[in-house]
Amino acid sequence: MNLLMLFISSSLVSNVVLSRFLGICPFLGVSNKVKTASGMGIAVVFVIFISTFVTFIINRYLLLATGIFNTDLTYLQTIVFILVIAALVQMVEMFLKKFIKPLYEALGVYLPLITTNCAVLGVALTVVDIKKYPTIKEALVYALGTSIGFLLAIVMLATIRERIENNNIPEAFKGKPIVLVTASLMSIAFYGFSMLNIGG
Amino acid sequence: MDTEKKKSFGEIVINGLFKENPTFVLMLGMCPTLAVTTSLTNAIGMGLSTTFVLILSNLIISILKDIIPDRVRIPSYIVIVATLVTIVQLIMQGYFPSLYSSLGIYVPLIVVNCIILGRAESFASKNTPIDSLADGIGIGFGFTIAISLISIVRELLGGGSILNMVFIPEKYHIMLFVLAPGAFLVLSVLIAIQNSLRRKKGKENVSCDMNCANCNIHKFDKGE
Repeated sequence: MNLLMLFISSSLVSNVVLSRFLGICPFLGVSNKVKTASGMGIAVVFVIFISTFVTFIINRYLLLATGIFNTDLTYLQTIVFILVIAALVQMVEMFLKKFIKPLYEALGVYLPLITTNCAVLGVALTVVDIKKYPTIKEALVYALGTSIGFLLAIVMLATIRERIENNNIPEAFKGKPIVLVTASLMSIAFYGFSMLNIGG
Repeated sequence: MDTEKKKSFGEIVINGLFKENPTFVLMLGMCPTLAVTTSLTNAIGMGLSTTFVLILSNLIISILKDIIPDRVRIPSYIVIVATLVTIVQLIMQGYFPSLYSSLGIYVPLIVVNCIILGRAESFASKNTPIDSLADGIGIGFGFTIAISLISIVRELLGGGSILNMVFIPEKYHIMLFVLAPGAFLVLSVLIAIQNSLRRKKGKENVSCDMNCANCNIHKFDKGE
């Protein structure tokens, strides 16, 4: 598949939140202000990109039967990936704190929360498919597309939530139910992209 | 939970099933709740595997709680949970291959299900193994029942059948409900129904802000 097509399909057609339901917790939890939502979104883009790069290499060169151990260790994928992601998030946090202060101040509070964001582990576990993602190029484009899809969805939801904040909503729907209805309508809109016939 | 007086095994199970139902009251683990509820079979499969992991992780963590140093407890919990999930994955691959392929990526993602780490941190790390076992059973089956309920609504309205028994003829199917938007809609309406029941009793709306970030598990990361 063409890389551009892969990008479009992973960010819009099968949007990570609205059609694959990964990363629902931050999507619903940190979306009441556009500012925090975009901070969270950018932090996710950052972490997914780095973690996919690292887990892809670990999978290809250590876990697969063709790797340096010559044994099939793929059953360890889940446990290895989650540990690598948890450690990586901590390391990224420490690195930013030490060397890139402004970026740390912008993303710092969101970074620790990302370990349990299932989108990160989800992407890492998706790109292990050798047939669909033969080289690291496809894997990284997929990671970028997915995480930008997340950024797009969470910023859009935050924008809508800021607008409906003071509206007259039925009592029982106040709080989460109305957010879920909003997400549902957004999901219907994104479903329209699936008519783009680009496969995958 | 610390202030409550000692509860019996049965009371803890009931508490997990209803009063602290993970899906409708605590609102944890939303990703699998929305993703695998397209059919009742998937929901039950997901519910039971999560229950299995939850019961064993609660039990193991409460046994080991005095051995695990406080500073590294979250990584230790993650290792325990990831090991149990790998066991579930292998069992499913071996005995229920069709279920495994229809649940797909959501089986390994049980590791990052907030319910499991949340209960490990807020219950198992403070209570005895027997109580933690009860909590695992209650919360686990509470989760299973909740996602089965959502999947029954979605499968019935969207596909017209439950467990291959046809109830609604094809021309009345509402495709929307088996697609992604239906998941958000059904959950939203079920929570709203629950809210209106709570309001009749004079209680507040369900108040968890669904932000796993606010769960106790993240106190670790803030260096507390």
